Amino acid sequence: MLLIKCPFCGPRPEIEFAYGGQAHIERPKDPMSLDDEAWAEYLYIRNNTRGVHSERWRHINGCARFFNVRRDTISDEILVTYKVGEAPDAVPEKDRPTKGGAVR
Amino acid sequence: MKYRLSSGGQVDRSKPLRFSFDGKGYSGFAGDTLASALIANGVHLVGRSFKYHRPRGFMSAGSDEPNALVGVGDDEARYTPNLRATQVELFDGLVAESQNRWPSLSLDFGGANDALSRFLTAGFYYKTFMWPAAAWKRLYEPMIRRAAGLGRAPTAADADRYTQLYSHCDVLIVGAGPAGLAAALAAGRSGAKTIVCDEQDRMGGTLLSEREAIIDGLPAADWLARTLQELGSLSNVTLLPRTTAFGWYPHNFLGLSERVTDHLGRKEGNLPRERMWQVRAKEVVLATGAIERPLVFPDNDRPGIMMAEAARTYLNRYGAVPGSRAVVFTACDSAYRAALELKGAGVHIAAIADVRPAPEGPWVERARAAGIDVRPSTLVTATHGRLHISHADLASEGASSSETVPCDLLLMSGGFTPSVHLFSQSRGKLGYDEALKSYIPQKSVENERSVGGCRGLFDLGASIADGFGGGLGAVRGAGGTPVTEQKIPVFVQSFGQDGFIGALNGKSRRRAWVDFQNDVTVKDIELATREGFRSIEHVKRYTTTGMATDQGKTSNMNALGIVSHALDLPVPKVGLTTFRPPYTPVTFGSFAGQSRGKLFDPVRQTSIHDWAAEHGAVFEDVSLWKRAHYFPRQGEDMHAAVRRECAAVRNSVGIFDATTLGKIEVVGKDAAEFMNRMYTNAWTKLEPGRLRYGLMLREDGFITDDGVVGRMATDRFHVTTTTGGAARVLALMEDYLQTEWSDLDVWLTSTTEQWAVIALQGPNARKVLEPLVEGIDLSREAMPHMSVREGRICGVPTRLFRVSFTGELGFEINVPMGYGRGVWEAIYAAGKPFDITPYGTETMHVLRAEKGYIIVGQETDGTVTPDDVGLAWAVGKTKKDFVGKRSLARPAMTRDDRKQLVGLLTVDPKVVLEEGAQIVVDPREPVPMTMIGHVTSSYWSAALGRSVALALVRGGRARIGKRLHVPMAAGNIEVEVVTPVFYDTEGKRLDG
Amino acid sequence: MGRTAVARVNSLAQISRGGPEVAEASLSVLPDAAKFVFRGRPSSWPVAAEAFGVELPQAVNRFSVKGGRKAYCVGPDEWLLEAVGEDPGEIFHKLSESLASHSCSLVDVSHRSDTFEIGGTRSEYVLSHGCPLDLSEQQFPVGMCTRTLIGKSPVILSRTERAVFQIDVWRSFSSYVWGLLDEVRREFPSRSRQM
Repeated sequence: MLLIKCPFCGPRPEIEFAYGGQAHIERPKDPMSLDDEAWAEYLYIRNNTRGVHSERWRHINGCARFFNVRRDTISDEILVTYKVGEAPDAVPEKDRPTKGGAVR
Repeated sequence: MKYRLSSGGQVDRSKPLRFSFDGKGYSGFAGDTLASALIANGVHLVGRSFKYHRPRGFMSAGSDEPNALVGVGDDEARYTPNLRATQVELFDGLVAESQNRWPSLSLDFGGANDALSRFLTAGFYYKTFMWPAAAWKRLYEPMIRRAAGLGRAPTAADADRYTQLYSHCDVLIVGAGPAGLAAALAAGRSGAKTIVCDEQDRMGGTLLSEREAIIDGLPAADWLARTLQELGSLSNVTLLPRTTAFGWYPHNFLGLSERVTDHLGRKEGNLPRERMWQVRAKEVVLATGAIERPLVFPDNDRPGIMMAEAARTYLNRYGAVPGSRAVVFTACDSAYRAALELKGAGVHIAAIADVRPAPEGPWVERARAAGIDVRPSTLVTATHGRLHISHADLASEGASSSETVPCDLLLMSGGFTPSVHLFSQSRGKLGYDEALKSYIPQKSVENERSVGGCRGLFDLGASIADGFGGGLGAVRGAGGTPVTEQKIPVFVQSFGQDGFIGALNGKSRRRAWVDFQNDVTVKDIELATREGFRSIEHVKRYTTTGMATDQGKTSNMNALGIVSHALDLPVPKVGLTTFRPPYTPVTFGSFAGQSRGKLFDPVRQTSIHDWAAEHGAVFEDVSLWKRAHYFPRQGEDMHAAVRRECAAVRNSVGIFDATTLGKIEVVGKDAAEFMNRMYTNAWTKLEPGRLRYGLMLREDGFITDDGVVGRMATDRFHVTTTTGGAARVLALMEDYLQTEWSDLDVWLTSTTEQWAVIALQGPNARKVLEPLVEGIDLSREAMPHMSVREGRICGVPTRLFRVSFTGELGFEINVPMGYGRGVWEAIYAAGKPFDITPYGTETMHVLRAEKGYIIVGQETDGTVTPDDVGLAWAVGKTKKDFVGKRSLARPAMTRDDRKQLVGLLTVDPKVVLEEGAQIVVDPREPVPMTMIGHVTSSYWSAALGRSVALALVRGGRARIGKRLHVPMAAGNIEVEVVTPVFYDTEGKRLDG
Repeated sequence: MGRTAVARVNSLAQISRGGPEVAEASLSVLPDAAKFVFRGRPSSWPVAAEAFGVELPQAVNRFSVKGGRKAYCVGPDEWLLEAVGEDPGEIFHKLSESLASHSCSLVDVSHRSDTFEIGGTRSEYVLSHGCPLDLSEQQFPVGMCTRTLIGKSPVILSRTERAVFQIDVWRSFSSYVWGLLDEVRREFPSRSRQM
């Protein structure tokens, strides 16, 4: 069971979270202006990353917030977690998980 | 007693215990295992092998035991098969039996397999039993299952309790041998929250059978006692004996299985039989030690052939003597120590056959000095004895002749294999150590370190120092402050690091076992390589080597050696199979934990549930909820009850518990805008006090939920969802709100359980309700269909909906949940003069089907658009955007030949179609016919005196008035396609 | 019309009746309370605190108490307000008036959940059968609250004293959670409750 650092609640066990799919896919502001191909791209096309993947999680059995996670899909190492709208690089080193998911 | 020393070891000779094995009574002592007690009784034959039914005895003294699997328990409710006798602690009255034999261990008819072994080689499953196919299920499989196998499953339900708990610590130490205990001292003294677990009943590991070593100025046993006492006195240290760390899961999460009561026999109180610890550790110290490797030589599987270290353990720890005349066959020094200690206990050592050409060093010299016949470059080429070893053939390497030596014990040692199972499970990287002939941990991936034997440090002093250092490192890693480094002096005669992997004397025509539990021989592995299997992963699966319940603890390295030799490849090039949990088998009970019976899943009940139960309701499961399905009266079956309930609603009044409907309160100044975006409908103009049917799509344009929505105020909506969709809809709404539209001033709150919902439906509903309500005018004019009012009923607040899912005049009365039953009972009492009838979900389904109202999940399946089910009217045409709108504009979503909702009337009105049945145009078409749709709902309609059905049919609306066919196994059923409204097509009854 | 209002029934009324007494981990149902979910823009927070009479903790997963009233912060913009033994209608009315001009949401959830308490030297141990959090005082101090899981049920767990936890659980899950903890504590000696 992963240990995921919720940006609001701190490290919590995976069982409290719900997975939310790939991160940073913005809903088009005016969907009707998109052609079918562009709409299909938004709707269905996702990365299948082997390595560092940006994904959404929701702390559904905690603060209930959605947030973003960068996780290595090979090792399950979580590199950084950050709030919606936040840049991952802005998270200070001390607030990042160490390898193995524990927070320093 | 011939096989029990009169003193020494950790058994308590003042506490004799009676036990039985295969129906025969024996006695042992407190502190014994079943294995040590049997050995002390001279019993070595304890099992028959998996495939060939070969007689087998104890090979080891620990969890790596491949042969001695037994069933324990004198009643079916507490019977456990496949336990390793080496780990079963003796208690008074223990009842054990051997497995995989018939009629008895010494006379086993399955032994015929052994004679047929030529035909049972690697892959025989795939090569034989190929034809005829039908015979596999009826003949071959049952035959194989009977002939080959492990223990039997108990027939009664498990009577024991099992519990699971989460635990959190700074440092988890797996293994309480010398390295683990040193690590525990370091972590414990540093104040770290520490858990130490060990699979054995006593902590100490190899120290429990150590006779010579002096540690920190004390004999090993005294140092062990002092150490355990110190650790026990530290409040930050938890000691868990009898606890196996069986699995490593991501982010330092480990599964530990604690055997709490098995050793107590018939226990008092309510302690769980097993406790599963789910531990999250900041740092893990693996001190899992090493496992002695068997030598692979001809006939190496007879009872009486055991690991040299196992013999030491039986002797030193239990005072049990495994034989009287021993041959020792070794590739390393440690077996010399075993020979010397056994000799000291009076066992005659006939010879030490050493694989090595020139064994030397202190241990060899001590053996020679003790007068033991040490033979370099000597192999065991065969053994003899039907149920127990009686002789061993010894030959110099390369010699053509051999000497037959009488013996009743053969000790073997091929060196030690570090126990890297958990390290490998943690996805750490292993590296091959040529000198050790073993894989050892190379690179950690998790916050973990291996210490002592499990990383190839077999010297006691080195191991203890490594353990202490590892403990300090773990404290540091966990953010603590370690105590200062401490040197623990150890005086002990050390060993070299010799060892052997692979097969010895591979030319022999006799079979040599590699995997004892799965009965895999050298020949099987060689055959696999000749047949083209080169990857160890393939060889493993083809031969099943390493795939038994012991996961190849004693066999993996030898198998690698054999493949390496056969393919002429260095061992690292052969590859290594993956270690997976569990390290040793874990009971199903332990995995289930508390989640049994009533606690398997939450059973959600409404506040009206008990009333329904008291009035005879039959319940059905809808997601986690229990819902009243129907209320049968004396002698009624479901159909009769439903007919009566339907008639009551149509003719007078029925009462229905709709509490399980999901409810969400949507509040904020942008609430209407949010609703516009989430639902297909237009909400801006809906006035407070009005209701509207809401339809929700996913972004792909397909219906995902529906429900009636009330506007309580300009900034407040009372949204209802389907029972099963409540959590999903709220999650979807929160997703858009939090991640796409966080600028909207609107907030969502689940109110599913705030409101009990009582549906009162039927022409007399208003009359029943009127006297109970305060502050609400229920008249047709003041409160029309699809309106909502707030007021009081029976003295408590209510949100009263005028709404109908039956086609009749109807109300849904929302009251705070705790008042649900009270209000229900009051309405029921008020309805008595009208013969008010409680009805269940089945009647609700029939009534709505008569009206053609859809149920999401029944008429829809995730591929259905609003227009498909005739709900195009619910889609706000002028709205610029809503979830799913863009997808509805795709060409495929508007084609005429999409499946559309229609009604079906069977030509024979008495026939009720089967839900899910397929629909065709031409029943004479050869199979497979062209299927153009399926029946989604089908009921007997009491109101119409005939069957009615809803269906999704390709181009269905254009087929109205036409005939179609529903081919069934019992014959074809002809149906007429109609508009999907069967009852009160003009909807006049709603305004009753 | 002057009829007597129907009585409120607690979802734990039946299961809690006549159970065993276990000193190490006692279970007891807490009195009914008025409860509200308050969410809103930051400008509304002090207004709600003022009207409710209890400070709204700004730190997620902390609660504050004043008299019989409590405010649990369970999300960055979400509080559960609790008033033991009070009438929900009156409080709702008062708060709504104060908050009328503010962008926020106040929802009455008084009947959504019931609350019970587990207390005793082994309460932390019993809770750890099902609750995946580190419940040590360092990680879960007195004054902390959070949504989490007990077994398969979502709950709001809070620590009111060193050895006392409160569990706020939706009504339809309450007998499951009670039953789970009751099952776990069977490993401790118990005596029948004096009726």
